[in-house]
Amino acid sequence: MADLSSSPFELSPEHEALRRTVRDFAEKEVAPHVAAWDREHHFPVDLVRKVGELGLFGLTAPEEYGGAGGDFTSLCVAIEELGRVDQSIGITLEAGVGLGINPILTFGTPEQREQWLPELVAGRALAGFGLTEPGAGSDAGATRTRAELVDDEWVVNGAKQFITNSGSELTSLVTVTARTGTREDGSAEISAIVVPAGTPGFVAEPAYDKLGWHISDTHPLTFTDVRVPADHLLGERGRGYAQFLATLDDGRVAIAALAVGCIQACLDLSVEYAGQRTTFGGPIGRKQGVAFQLADLEVMLQASRALTYRAAAMKDAGRDTGRHRAEFKRAASVAKLYATESAVSATRIATQVFGGYGFMEEYPVARFYRDAKILEIGEGTSEVQRMLIARGLGLPVE
Amino acid sequence: MNIVVCVKYVPDATGDRKFESDNTVDREGVDGLLSELDEYAVEQSLQLKEKLGSDGGDSEVTVLTIGPAGAVDAIRKALQMGADKGVHVQDDAIAGSDAFATSLVLAEAVKKLPHDLVVCGMASTDGGMGVVPAMLSERLGLPGATLGSSIELDGQTLKIRRDGDTATVTVEATLPAVLSVTDQSGEARYPSFKGIMAAKKKPVETWSLADLGVDAGQVGLEASYTAVEETQARPPRTAGEIVKDEDGSGAKALVDFLVSKKFV
Repeated sequence: MADLSSSPFELSPEHEALRRTVRDFAEKEVAPHVAAWDREHHFPVDLVRKVGELGLFGLTAPEEYGGAGGDFTSLCVAIEELGRVDQSIGITLEAGVGLGINPILTFGTPEQREQWLPELVAGRALAGFGLTEPGAGSDAGATRTRAELVDDEWVVNGAKQFITNSGSELTSLVTVTARTGTREDGSAEISAIVVPAGTPGFVAEPAYDKLGWHISDTHPLTFTDVRVPADHLLGERGRGYAQFLATLDDGRVAIAALAVGCIQACLDLSVEYAGQRTTFGGPIGRKQGVAFQLADLEVMLQASRALTYRAAAMKDAGRDTGRHRAEFKRAASVAKLYATESAVSATRIATQVFGGYGFMEEYPVARFYRDAKILEIGEGTSEVQRMLIARGLGLPVE
Repeated sequence: MNIVVCVKYVPDATGDRKFESDNTVDREGVDGLLSELDEYAVEQSLQLKEKLGSDGGDSEVTVLTIGPAGAVDAIRKALQMGADKGVHVQDDAIAGSDAFATSLVLAEAVKKLPHDLVVCGMASTDGGMGVVPAMLSERLGLPGATLGSSIELDGQTLKIRRDGDTATVTVEATLPAVLSVTDQSGEARYPSFKGIMAAKKKPVETWSLADLGVDAGQVGLEASYTAVEETQARPPRTAGEIVKDEDGSGAKALVDFLVSKKFV
């Protein structure tokens, strides 16, 4: 049985103070502009810099690189609160830390950390992580992008897709996974290589036209004879995929936090609207058909939040390594699966409560409805989470 | 340079505000926070300290508040923003004090602290009288430079710009002085996570009326010169008036409306 005695669920007063700060920031700096940015598919570079000035990209980074040395829970709080106002801004922070900063922090040499981290931690620069390819997503071993060592330089050729924070004017680098050889057993040797923005042959193609997350910066990338110095290898040669997997569990919890923000937004918006909107002589909130759906929303919110912050607390207690690792991985998958599927349900309920107005882009619930779907897909689909959870139960799932 | 910034813990304006049977604000039923107008005072205090830098010797910003136990949250927020230490005057006898009684307690507390400059917000967001800074300067016998929308410090001379309806005046005062700042003085900073963590370790002292040598009979609801006689809940929002311009009379109807409400 899992031992829950040392898994604190309560957030500290400092986490609550951070929540208040990020909420104030999001209400003041994001909310007034978000509808226009979403409509225009605009990535707000100035806002990202302000998020950096607030210290959110550096929440978990060590102080020597300009970070606050905070815990993972604090990052989840920040992602949730940004996500409560806009999911795209939330994912920009999540990817900036989890896929931009953390791989370099975890696997970089002292020189690589010194070179890249201060600007990333300050939010003056962004980094992307190029893993997914047209033919390789959850099956990252099928990577086709190649990197060959020629005259002490890596020559990279290939293509990546759906890469967040990879093509904005703030992007300073993209870490790409590439096939650097073949192992004795015939399987691919995958390594991670840092490709600075502006390297000849590295092109961020025009941004995608997405169903949601219109404000986030997502591009397909192409690499044509891109040459970077040999010392741009990140971590061990041949460990590129394994290294990436090691950071995946954190990303799942962070996405769960983003989903919690989405559910909270749906609840706040719906409760307010149900009290204002009147039909047949009274507010629609007096109708059980509406009120009971909002009660369900509250249950989803509390359950999702509890699962998310329990998983975050496990990581902060060091239970993401050693003998507790399997338990943490399962908690991360459970939180991700439940919170993201709840978020999709929450947006469906909120849109229904708003009726015809919920279908209009001038109401935020329509934006949340479009934004929520990706939560069930990114950082491991719901199917992958179910597979992992079932395997954890000892079932021989393929 | 010692800066004392006076702040108030007020009910969250976004929540439902209620009154007790004696017409004082119900502080139990609503969340409280650092008055938004006082955040500007904290910001200006911190900016002055930062401008003085190391040249100003050991500049220190002390946050002073009067209020119930929860009021320490207002101090904590100011400490998170970057203030150095806090003083919380807490005494049941103070409950219900008006601006006059409040200024007495503040003045006695300031006297116990080293102070070159006392900084206040322009008004509280609950009572909203805006008279405490002037009363405080009178009680302390210090020059009062109130309602500053821009603030400069040149040696021992404090210089503020006060924007009025018809004129902008520049006011100078020699330190020590009392200063109040408006919401035009510059946006308050957000506490950083580093600041939030650092604030945990910053000292906050709690003083009673006895510590200040103030007699309980001089403060509180009974000793106050002003009293709230009656309160009424804000009337529910009514539907607006829609002017339809079907025959070209819309403009006149709009002007008539504005005139009737004395907007023009």
